[in-house]
Amino acid sequence: MILPALAFYLFAAVLVLSGMLVITARNPVHSVLFLILAFFNAAGLFVLIGAEFVAMILVIVYVGAVAVLFLFVVMMLDINFQELRKGFLRYLPAGLAVGAALLAELGLVISGWVYAGPADSVRAAPTPESVGNAQALGDLLYTQYAYVFEASGLVLLVAMIGAIVLTLRSRKGTRRQVIADQVSRRRDDVVAVVKVRTGEGV
Amino acid sequence: MSSQVMSTELLSQYLPILIFVGIAAVIAAAMLFGSMLVAKQKPDSEKLSAYECGFEPFNDARSKFDVRFYLVAILFIIFDLEVAFLFPWAVSLGRIGLFGFWSMMAFLGILTIGFIYEWKKGALDWE
Amino acid sequence: MADFLALHLGLPLAGATLLAIILKILVITVPLLIAMAMMTYMERKVLAAIQLRQGPILVGPFGLLQPFADGLKLLTKETIIPAGANRAVFLIAPMLTFIMALIAWAVIPFGEGLVLSDLNVGVLYLFAISSLGVYGIIMSGWASNSKYAFLGGLRSAAQMVSYEVSIGFVIITVLLCVGSLNLSDIVRAQSHVWFCIPLFPMFVVFFISALAETNRAPFDLPEGESELVGGFHTEYSAMTFALFFLGEYISMLLMSGMTSVLFLGGWQPFPFLGFIPGPLNLIIKILLLMFVFIWVRGTLPRYRYDQLMRLGWKVFLPFSLIWVILTAGFLVYFDKLPH
Repeated sequence: MILPALAFYLFAAVLVLSGMLVITARNPVHSVLFLILAFFNAAGLFVLIGAEFVAMILVIVYVGAVAVLFLFVVMMLDINFQELRKGFLRYLPAGLAVGAALLAELGLVISGWVYAGPADSVRAAPTPESVGNAQALGDLLYTQYAYVFEASGLVLLVAMIGAIVLTLRSRKGTRRQVIADQVSRRRDDVVAVVKVRTGEGV
Repeated sequence: MSSQVMSTELLSQYLPILIFVGIAAVIAAAMLFGSMLVAKQKPDSEKLSAYECGFEPFNDARSKFDVRFYLVAILFIIFDLEVAFLFPWAVSLGRIGLFGFWSMMAFLGILTIGFIYEWKKGALDWE
Repeated sequence: MADFLALHLGLPLAGATLLAIILKILVITVPLLIAMAMMTYMERKVLAAIQLRQGPILVGPFGLLQPFADGLKLLTKETIIPAGANRAVFLIAPMLTFIMALIAWAVIPFGEGLVLSDLNVGVLYLFAISSLGVYGIIMSGWASNSKYAFLGGLRSAAQMVSYEVSIGFVIITVLLCVGSLNLSDIVRAQSHVWFCIPLFPMFVVFFISALAETNRAPFDLPEGESELVGGFHTEYSAMTFALFFLGEYISMLLMSGMTSVLFLGGWQPFPFLGFIPGPLNLIIKILLLMFVFIWVRGTLPRYRYDQLMRLGWKVFLPFSLIWVILTAGFLVYFDKLPH
C-alpha cells in the first residue's frame, strides 16, 4: 500500500516544520499552538506504527492537558519577549551543550537497542494479533513492572505537592462559603422576636 | 507477514477519520469564507474596537490573572495521568488478577495522600 | 459497500473505497447538521413551553423553518474581526471547535457494524477529542483581545478541565464492566442490562459533567451575560459565531450520544419495544437526553463559580474515584470480571 507511506511523509514533514516554527515564531502563544500541531502529527506517526493506545494517550495527556498548562502560562506571564531575546547569544553555548548531550543520549539509546542481545528476541515476539494495544500494556505494567509503576505514582505525588507548595498562597480578607456553618445555623441563634410598642422604636 | 496484515487493517480504520477531518475542515472554511464573500463587508474603526461598556479600553486585555488557574491546570495534568494509567488496568483486570488489583490500589493510595494534602491545604477552594 | 460501488460504477477498487468512505461521512454529517438546526428549534419551543410562551411560529409550518432562516441571516451578516485581534487565531478558533465536534462522530456506533471507524481504542478517541474542545475556547478568548472574552475563555477552560477528570473516572467504571476500549463492544456488553442501572450514580455524575463540559446551564457561566457579556464569543459575529454555535450544539448531541453508548445501551432496543430498528433506538435515546439538557436549562438557576469548582473537585472527583475502587473490588471479589 502506498497510502501509509504517503501519510508517513505528510505527518513527518508537518511535524518537523511545526517543530521548527515552535522555536522561530515571534509570538509565544503561536509557539505553543505549533507545539500542539507537532503533538498531533506525532500521534499520527504512532498510529502508523500501530501504537494506537500511545497515540491516544499522547493526545489526551500532552495536547489535552500539558499544552493547556503551557497556554495558561504563556498567556499569564506578561514577559517582554524582546528583552528575553537579548540574552540569546549569551545562552547559546549552554543551549548547544544541552542539545548535544540530549542528542548523544538519544544515539546511545538507539545504538543500545540495535546491538542489545534481548532486543532481537523482543522483535521476534511482537504483540499477538488478538491482543489490543491497551490490553498488552495492562497485562504487563501492573504485575511485572509493579515497582516502576508505584514509583511513577510517587513521582506524581511529588509533583502534586510541589505544585501546591510553589503556587498556593492564601489571600487575606477573602470570604469563603462554609456549607457546614450555613447548615448548622439555627433559627434561635440568629433571630430574636422583639415586641415593639408603637411610637417607641427598638 | 501477519502483523503487516493486522497493521493495514488497523490503519484502514483510521483512514476515514483522516478524510473526515479534511471534509469537516472544508465545510468549516466554506461557511466562514463563503459568508465573507456573500455578505457586505464595511468595517469602520468603531465597529472594530473591542467591546466595552461606554469607555475606551485603557490597556491590553491580556492581563495577568489569578495563579489559581495555573494550579488547576497542574492538578488536572496529574489526575489526567492517573486516568491514563487506569485505562489499561480497567481492560486487563480480568487477566492480571488480585496482584494487579492491589498494585493499582497502592498507586491510588499514594495519590489519595496527595489529594488529601491539597484538600487540607485549601488548594481546591475557590474564593 | 466499496465492492458494490466498484461493480456498478466500474471504478477501480481504491477509488470505490474512497468514494464509499466519503459517502458514509456525508451520511453522518448532513443529518447531523440538520439535527443541530432542529435542536435549536426544539430548544426554543421547549423553553417557550416551560415559560408558557409559544416560541417561533411564523417561519414555515409551526415555525419549523426558523433555524434555517436564522442560519441564512447569519450567513449574510458582516464578519467583524476586531482591530486588536490576532486574525489567524481568531478565525481558526471557531473552525477548530466545529471540526472537533464533528469528527468525534466517526467512532459512534449507530448499530451492529454501522460505524465509520471501529477503533480498538474508541473510548480513548472520544475522550481525547472531548479534551480538545477547550482549545477553541482558549484560543478565541485570547485572540479577541477583549477583557470579557479573555476572562470568559479562562473560566471556561478551567471549568472544562475540572470536569474532564471525573468524566475519565466514570468511563473507567464502565470499562471495568466491559473489558474493552471498543465502543461497539461496550454496547454489546449491555445486551442484558444497561449500565445506567448497576452504575446509576456514575450515570448521573457523567450526565452532570457533560452539562459542565458543554458549558450548558446550570454551568453556563463562561457566558454568564450578567457579568461577562458573551464570554469567549463576545467579539464573534456572523459565520464565525455560527460555527461556535454549531460546534456547541453538535458537542451537546455528541455528549448525549456518548451517554447513550456508555450507559443507555446504544443501539440496544428498549424493553418491550424490540421491534424498533437499532439506529432508531440510539436516535431516540439521544433525543430524550437532549430534551433533558433543555429541561435543565429551563429549570435550574446558574451556579456560582466557586460552587462549580467545588462540585467538580470536591464532590465528583472523590465520589467517582471511590466508585472506581468499589466497582473493581466488587468485580474482583465475586469474580465477575470480563476475560
